[in-house]
Amino acid sequence: MGNEVLGRAARAAGARAMFGYPISPSSEIMHFWAGEAVSEQGKKDRIICTQAEDEGGAGFMMIGSVLVGTRAFTATAGPGHVIMQDALSMAEAMRLPVVVYVMQRGGPSTSTVIYSQSEVNLACFGGNGNGYRVVYSPATLQERYDYGIKVFNVAWKYRFPTFLLGDGYLAKMMGEVELYAPEERGIAIEPTEPYLLEDKRVRELEQVVPSPELQIRRVGGVEYACLRNCLNLEEETLAVNMEIKEAFDKAAVEIVEFEEYGPKDADTLIVAHGIVTNAAKEAVDTLKEKGISARLFRPITLRPFPEEQLRQAAKGVKRIVVAESAIAQLSRLVAYALRGTDSAPMAELSRPSIGIVPREIIEAVMSARLTYV
Amino acid sequence: MSETTANNAAQTGGVQFDTAFPKCVRIESKPHLYCPGCGHPEVLKALGFAIDDLGIQERVAFGIDIGCSLLAWDYFNLDTVETHHGKTIPTMVGLKQSRPEAVAIAYVGDGGAYAIGAGHFLNAAIRNENILVIVVNNAVYAMTGGQEAPTTLPGMKVATAPAGADQYYIRAPEIVRNVNPTAFVARGIATVQPALRQIIKGAIQHQMEGKGFAFVEVLSQCPLNWGTMGDSKATFDILENKLAKAYPVKRY
Repeated sequence: MGNEVLGRAARAAGARAMFGYPISPSSEIMHFWAGEAVSEQGKKDRIICTQAEDEGGAGFMMIGSVLVGTRAFTATAGPGHVIMQDALSMAEAMRLPVVVYVMQRGGPSTSTVIYSQSEVNLACFGGNGNGYRVVYSPATLQERYDYGIKVFNVAWKYRFPTFLLGDGYLAKMMGEVELYAPEERGIAIEPTEPYLLEDKRVRELEQVVPSPELQIRRVGGVEYACLRNCLNLEEETLAVNMEIKEAFDKAAVEIVEFEEYGPKDADTLIVAHGIVTNAAKEAVDTLKEKGISARLFRPITLRPFPEEQLRQAAKGVKRIVVAESAIAQLSRLVAYALRGTDSAPMAELSRPSIGIVPREIIEAVMSARLTYV
Repeated sequence: MSETTANNAAQTGGVQFDTAFPKCVRIESKPHLYCPGCGHPEVLKALGFAIDDLGIQERVAFGIDIGCSLLAWDYFNLDTVETHHGKTIPTMVGLKQSRPEAVAIAYVGDGGAYAIGAGHFLNAAIRNENILVIVVNNAVYAMTGGQEAPTTLPGMKVATAPAGADQYYIRAPEIVRNVNPTAFVARGIATVQPALRQIIKGAIQHQMEGKGFAFVEVLSQCPLNWGTMGDSKATFDILENKLAKAYPVKRY
């Protein structure tokens, strides 16, 4: 099951602690970890699985755990994801490498427990900051395992809150997944480091935490670190934001990931992410049979968004169709990436909280006007 | 002895100035940022002396909440983290579970612990989390401008209850004792330092012995929001007569 895949991925990535609050369709991730924590091996590995009183509790427990250098994560969905933004905002401000597995469900509000892609805005830009998070959108069960491991490495390497933005369908889907230990694939596990209660670090706190938020004193050979997120001056807040932005922009070049499918000289560019990718690929194949040349551009990281790569892909195409199980969440990212270019107009297939089948994408492509720019 | 030192020594009952602060205090951040007459520095001082006594400065993770408690972010030479309003308790819970040898102390106001963070506070007590929670109860939201708290006493006129606060208020130690029979539970008062130090020391020892949840509420004065700035008699009348009457100072 898709959720068990993520539980196993976290375990393979060397995660030690999960703090969560039950919410469909993500709960089985915590069920798996609860089982791990009481197993013989789990006890040896000092695995922690704590069910918090709410998502605020879970989010801040995760922060406390990360502060002492633990590879910690949570899993949530929908309204829980909304509440979790409180903790994620702090993690973003102080560059704490928390990991969140989000299983998107219907929205707004409590809605359905089944499926949607309507937590893109929340994952990418939630909180009262400027959206300096890393967000991966896997398309298959296998990718849930692969990126379920990767998110921990990216979080600890770059020190930004890192999301695996899944969805309810894949969370509950059964299928075959090839499990592996990261070292079998030559994947090194990024080391963790405490922010508090530590004197020797490979990467000094000054290189990570925005300077107005940090004071370090050495007394009697011991280092004492004081961290804050409440600032006195607008200028300090400006400095915090610009320092975070600089680090993010630098990391973004290394982090962005995307996938393309279909002929390079296609007239039509389809943009989709997550599970909709699969329908889009089938649409590309079927359109080819109908003599329509279409290509898929799929951002794997929604944040940072592969803007430059999308601009390249959009060059010369005569129509762009964005397909998503939400309204203008992906397409806004696409439109922003294409700002200032003379790209073809963008048609939108918006199906909030409803799955998208290839036929609908084909129809959307056929009804979108070809524009010669 | 210089005149200033002698003066301070006189005020501290013969204790010299350099020993009037706990050793774990960060002298560079003094004078502190609290209002004149505030009780927070007294509570922090008692905490500092307890930490000195136990010799655990290097092991303490000090979590502070939003509200006046945030002004303590660089009060000590302790590893300190400021969290969000009401969220210090879960932060310390996650930290302590992940690093059991740490001494995790959450320093929170009455709004942070009993209103916005009430769910976290109560459930940490129910789960018997092995942390110390110190709640400073001054019967108001202080930093945000004197609004009503769950601790505001009946009839007390505050910014959001101009006609006077209503009938009920929270007796948190009683609640914690109700959900956790083994927790360390006590209420102290900022003006009785020796007892407060002993209470906090005992609460930290409870954690260090792995006995679970420790909770100390401290009654504290807020001259600014009580409208008694400059009138210490009125301030301490409220603290020691009104507050201490509604909130008995004792071990629970």
